[in-house]
Amino acid sequence: MENPENQPMRPQFFLAKQLTKAHLSVASCFFCRKCSGGCPLTFAMDILPHHVIRLALLGQEEQVLGSETIWVCSACQTCTTRCPNGIDIAGVMDWLKEEAVKRGRTIPDAGVMAFHRFFLESILDAAGRVSETRLLRRYTLYKMRRNLNLTELRQNINLGWKLWKRRRVRLFGPPTLRGKAEIKEIFRQGEF
Amino acid sequence: MKVTYYPGCSLEGTAVDYAASIAGIAPLLDVELVELFDWNCCGASSAHSLNYQIALHLPARNLALAEKAGRDVVAPCALCFNRLKVAEKALLDPEQEDLGISYGGGIKIWDLLDYLTQKAFLEALAPKVVAPLINLRAVCYYGCLVARPPAVTGKTDYENPRNMERLLKVLKIKPIDWSFKTDCCGAGLAVARPDIIDTLVQRLYERALMAKAECFVVSCQMCQANLDLAQERISRKFGKDYYLPVFYFTELIALALGHPEAPKWLAQHLVDPMPLLKMKGLA
Ligand code: SF4
Ligand code: SF4
Repeated sequence: MENPENQPMRPQFFLAKQLTKAHLSVASCFFCRKCSGGCPLTFAMDILPHHVIRLALLGQEEQVLGSETIWVCSACQTCTTRCPNGIDIAGVMDWLKEEAVKRGRTIPDAGVMAFHRFFLESILDAAGRVSETRLLRRYTLYKMRRNLNLTELRQNINLGWKLWKRRRVRLFGPPTLRGKAEIKEIFRQGEF
Repeated sequence: MKVTYYPGCSLEGTAVDYAASIAGIAPLLDVELVELFDWNCCGASSAHSLNYQIALHLPARNLALAEKAGRDVVAPCALCFNRLKVAEKALLDPEQEDLGISYGGGIKIWDLLDYLTQKAFLEALAPKVVAPLINLRAVCYYGCLVARPPAVTGKTDYENPRNMERLLKVLKIKPIDWSFKTDCCGAGLAVARPDIIDTLVQRLYERALMAKAECFVVSCQMCQANLDLAQERISRKFGKDYYLPVFYFTELIALALGHPEAPKWLAQHLVDPMPLLKMKGLA
């Protein structure tokens, strides 16, 4: 991987300003790399967390909004906890994901995004609570349509069967909430 | 003692074993769990990944309901707890835009482990232990979100929490110290990126074995699922034969207090803890 630290770049400030407006200022980063030092997911990332912050500060939208890093970040909050300058790195990762979707970008980790979307849809469908069974069925079908991986499918069916035998699969959907109109309103306001 | 209980979606689904063990031990500890009326999903990792606003409003609704109920609220799920705390912070922060929900901050939000390891509970628990779990070599695994980030959770011992260890001592288990108790298991990625889980969780297995542990103790159903459900797959992938049962702390309390239903909950795990308990003369 080319080290983004060594690339000449033209700073832009739009992204940094947007982040500041969202109470997620990255301006005080002094590049100590503590965030990346403690991050457990670096093995699966294309750029490191401190790159994300620096590149966001310099407005390198292509690199941050298109990175796989923002999608494989597990939101474990280690970076946010340890940043000596109080930068909410995990919060920035979330903001960037949302922004990448808003701008209609191609998402490098489409499966992760699809799962998140199905999760939200299933809260909305049931107007309040998630049915894990339905969510997993939905995601499995999505995966099968995109890329049929028989080993993985067999593993999942096997796991489902084991949970079923142990009475850990719920047959009925979640109950209808008294406040289901409120839930629908939350999603409407969130423009989902 | 009466307290509001916010179980969350997975305790109604795959984590019914955790839910049953909580319901089982509560009366033994003189805790009355009153389920939060009409609670909704907190949105979990997916909401905060895709939609900041929804991710705030979902737990905010629960919090407002809990305040109306008038008692502190306890969450057995680390993520539910964390999202409630995020909502609390946003609702009480004058600089945040108005969420249109009134919340005065009159109640305290607890994660279940913290709640049940208050000094008074541990003191009351000690004389009730009828089946001390001596010889069990366990590491405590807290995961991420009950502790981090401290600006949200309000915890002071976020890098090295000790309350589960204190509990184990009361149950006569000598907890093993290890450095990975708050490392991440990757929970939110379990479905979409099992490959990532394999790497993260295999590390935890190896580190637990290095510490000479025979089992994990957890306080979160997502940690439990990742460490337990994936064990066979990870063993196959890495050509190892891992056998590390993953107990909920509530199940250990039940075992030590001699709750007759405890074996039934344990039988719902994928990694069967019975061989280990039998070997130790505890079952
Ligand atoms: S820990 Fe904070 S200051 Fe250090 S590199 Fe990361 S974001 Fe910048
Ligand atoms: S929150 Fe994301 S970026 Fe930060 S340490 Fe955890 S996985 Fe890494």
